[in-house]
Amino acid sequence: MAPDSRLLTPGSTPRLWRMTRLQFDPVRQRPVLLYPEGAVLLNDTGAAILELCNGTNTVEGIVRILNERYQADVSSDVTEYLSLMAERELIRAG
Amino acid sequence: MPADIPTTLLAELTHRCPLHCPYCSNPLDLIRAESEIATEDWKRVFTQARQLGVLQLGLSGGEPLLRKDLEELAEHARREGLYTTLVTSGLGLTRARAERLKEVGLEHIQISIQDSDPEVAERIAGVRSVKHKQAAASIVRELGFAFTINVVLHRANLDRIGALIDLAADLGADRIELANTQYYGWGLQNRAALMPTREQVERSREIAERAIQRYRGRMQITYVLPDYYELYPKACYGGWGKLYLVVTPNGMVLPCHGATGITTLRFDDVRSRSLEWIWQESEAFRAFRGDSWMKEPCRSCPRKATDFGGCRCQAFALTGDAANTDPVCTLSPLRRVVDNALTEPALDNPDYSYRTLAAEPQRG
Repeated sequence: MAPDSRLLTPGSTPRLWRMTRLQFDPVRQRPVLLYPEGAVLLNDTGAAILELCNGTNTVEGIVRILNERYQADVSSDVTEYLSLMAERELIRAG
Repeated sequence: MPADIPTTLLAELTHRCPLHCPYCSNPLDLIRAESEIATEDWKRVFTQARQLGVLQLGLSGGEPLLRKDLEELAEHARREGLYTTLVTSGLGLTRARAERLKEVGLEHIQISIQDSDPEVAERIAGVRSVKHKQAAASIVRELGFAFTINVVLHRANLDRIGALIDLAADLGADRIELANTQYYGWGLQNRAALMPTREQVERSREIAERAIQRYRGRMQITYVLPDYYELYPKACYGGWGKLYLVVTPNGMVLPCHGATGITTLRFDDVRSRSLEWIWQESEAFRAFRGDSWMKEPCRSCPRKATDFGGCRCQAFALTGDAANTDPVCTLSPLRRVVDNALTEPALDNPDYSYRTLAAEPQRG
């Protein structure tokens, strides 16, 4: 059985799937994640999380950065969002 | 009903093609080279599409590599912010052209494979093509494009679905799209030769489900079953005029690539109207938008929000009225036209009616 690349741990370093592109859509006035045959419309928080998925930041590190930025404990929201995106294979565990 | 924001444009740049696949999704009446719209027309269409909200662009055909301006069009699309897929047979994808496409920002290439058995593959394509496709696949992989293999399935190759999936993995694909033949246009003309048996469909479904698990994290597999064997129709692109539009080689704008088969509709031309006007106002796009056009059993059916009455092109092709329920639906009073097709005697040594631009198509 091949390792399941969706599995995220606090120490994994997620990165966006190489087939995706994150950009701002001026028509819908929101960020979008584009990939073959599909698109996810994002909110600003979602985009902020995905921008940190660069293959260097750990899940823990991303949580720390965003807790600080939003001056609140967003840990569970962030990890839940990352798991969801990993489940859809739009981010890959590093 | 007001129009939504579309997400996807399929640009059929040309109907010229080196392949002759008998299930081609192009219409029977193929557009000739001299009627194709100009580079500047396509660029204007891409700009207007992005302004309208389109995010995904398919550069398709026929064989889009037969357009000499393909690189220029891909460059323009990227500059506008579209995520672009080249949908190709692979024939004509030289290293030089692929490198140029990479340079101008093309992201994703989709190459068709006819079968994992080379002999059958070339019989389906009607031309020697397997070696060219292998060469194209290795170029796509080496240059680091996002890479999808797509396969149209039918009776002659469905039993090799497992081998096809393995072949796509060997070729280095990130994704494989396996879709059973859709029966309008050329597919309908060749239906008796292409229709798989129920046993084939069931077996293929099991093989695909196991492969999806096995390849998870390495290669994405999507599998589209043949709707004739389903109880309910497929939801065409989220409903008519909802998310999707097609521009034909001669500049006609369609809500679906099969829509020219609905001979009761007329379509507008990108050279005389803006894409925005056509999307929002034109008769063809408004004809089946929303659900006010529906008749029974769709009108009072709770599933109408799920499948939108099914495929308008199929309803017209099989029942003569595009506002009828898609006859694939088990609730359709005309379901027998689909069931009859499933009990037609199978042609085991199929004499395909090949897609060709040269000869006048025979109307079945």
